[in-house]
Amino acid sequence: MSTIDIAVVDYGMGNLRSVSKALEHVAPTKNVVVTSSPDDVAKASRVVFPGQGAMPDCIRELDARGLRAAVLDAAQNKPFLGICIGLQMLFEHSEEGNAAGLGLFKGSVKRFATEDMFDSLGEKLKVPHMGWNQVYQHRATDANQHPLWHGIEDGARFYYVHSYYVQPEDDSIVAGFTHYPNRFTCAVAKDNLFAVQFHPEKSAHAGLQLLSNFVNWAPK
Amino acid sequence: MGLAKRIIPCLDVTNGRVVKGVNFLELRDAGDPVEIARRYDEQGADELTFLDITASSDNRGLILHIIEEVASQVFIPLTVGGGVREVEDVRRLLNAGADKVSINTTAVLNPKMVQDAAAKFGSQCIVVAIDAKKVDNQLFEWEVFTHGGRKATGLDAVKWAEYMVSLGAGELLVTSMDRDGTKIGFNNPLNKAISNAVEVPIIASGGVGNLQHLVDGVKEGGADAVLAASIFHYGEYTVRQAKEYMAQHGIEVRL
Repeated sequence: MSTIDIAVVDYGMGNLRSVSKALEHVAPTKNVVVTSSPDDVAKASRVVFPGQGAMPDCIRELDARGLRAAVLDAAQNKPFLGICIGLQMLFEHSEEGNAAGLGLFKGSVKRFATEDMFDSLGEKLKVPHMGWNQVYQHRATDANQHPLWHGIEDGARFYYVHSYYVQPEDDSIVAGFTHYPNRFTCAVAKDNLFAVQFHPEKSAHAGLQLLSNFVNWAPK
Repeated sequence: MGLAKRIIPCLDVTNGRVVKGVNFLELRDAGDPVEIARRYDEQGADELTFLDITASSDNRGLILHIIEEVASQVFIPLTVGGGVREVEDVRRLLNAGADKVSINTTAVLNPKMVQDAAAKFGSQCIVVAIDAKKVDNQLFEWEVFTHGGRKATGLDAVKWAEYMVSLGAGELLVTSMDRDGTKIGFNNPLNKAISNAVEVPIIASGGVGNLQHLVDGVKEGGADAVLAASIFHYGEYTVRQAKEYMAQHGIEVRL
């Protein structure tokens, strides 16, 4: 059995092919494994935690495969990248199905208010928030830019598709934000963990740059 | 400073090849879906839509290989439609690398399939395609057609849109059968009526002949995304030119 460089956590909620293909594209020499085995997650050097669909279903399926402990352990101990619902699940609670999350971070997951959301042309904004929106790096300066933003312009566009967003209680974990139309947190970072609401695997050059940064990331 | 309007080139695929002719400079083989997809990606396309128009079921599986190939090289959202009849078809396409699957005739014949697919895979990957035609009718203005515009359904397109969203459609692809292929512009009143009626994004399709039509589709039709085939295929405009034109006219795009 060869070593696992990057484990993509598969708990049966949708298609992880895009994520693994994008990782293989930026890290052709690394062993990328899509897995639902807690042992693989424990063994892997890096872990990617994606997710799509509804959060209550994601939590249920994660537990059905006995992955909760392995994911929480990885999130606190090795380079870890959460994507979409993989970000939302890290929080305490979601309005979606009134579900409990993994509770790694204090805060909750809220739905976009559908009323009173208009764009600059006066058009009603749609939910899901679907498409390319600008990502602003929180407190980005040359000196303290997070390594995962390396080579990515402040305000670069990433691809989103979601109806819920995270609201962390602790502002110090906010790594990026986007406006739709109000400002929401689209990236959080803490130690070895980075998690994003958008889909880097579907965000062309900017997304591939972020994945490449993750693959080469050596958190202190 | 917000969400960009999307430009989506549409590729018609049959028997594993892109048809309708795609005319790029320096493209070795204008029918190869992977090369064409890469070229549109380089030009800044926000998504790609593949429409499988293969007539015989024998060759239907070829689209899966194409999507696999494209998805391993092009990292933007891919939508696939055409001949999607069962939840199992949706699963196969998603596993091959499609991000969204577009359901058209089957949505009318078996609306529950839309509901089942959305429940199983999430609304984010279920697009319902609505082909509509203006009708002379006391009851409603636009009627839903199926089978590539050949069969009338008696359904009001706006009400149908609302119903599909209630079943779990995450996005609607609205094609005006009156405008398709005419190059006289989108049917903006139709798109506007549907866009106002539903919460989800709508993609305008059918009738684009020039770049102003794309601007009108957003400004007058309220479209969240615009889909076009021939203006890009025949090299009249690049996707980048289209985006620059839209930006000059005050529309936010990803440049």
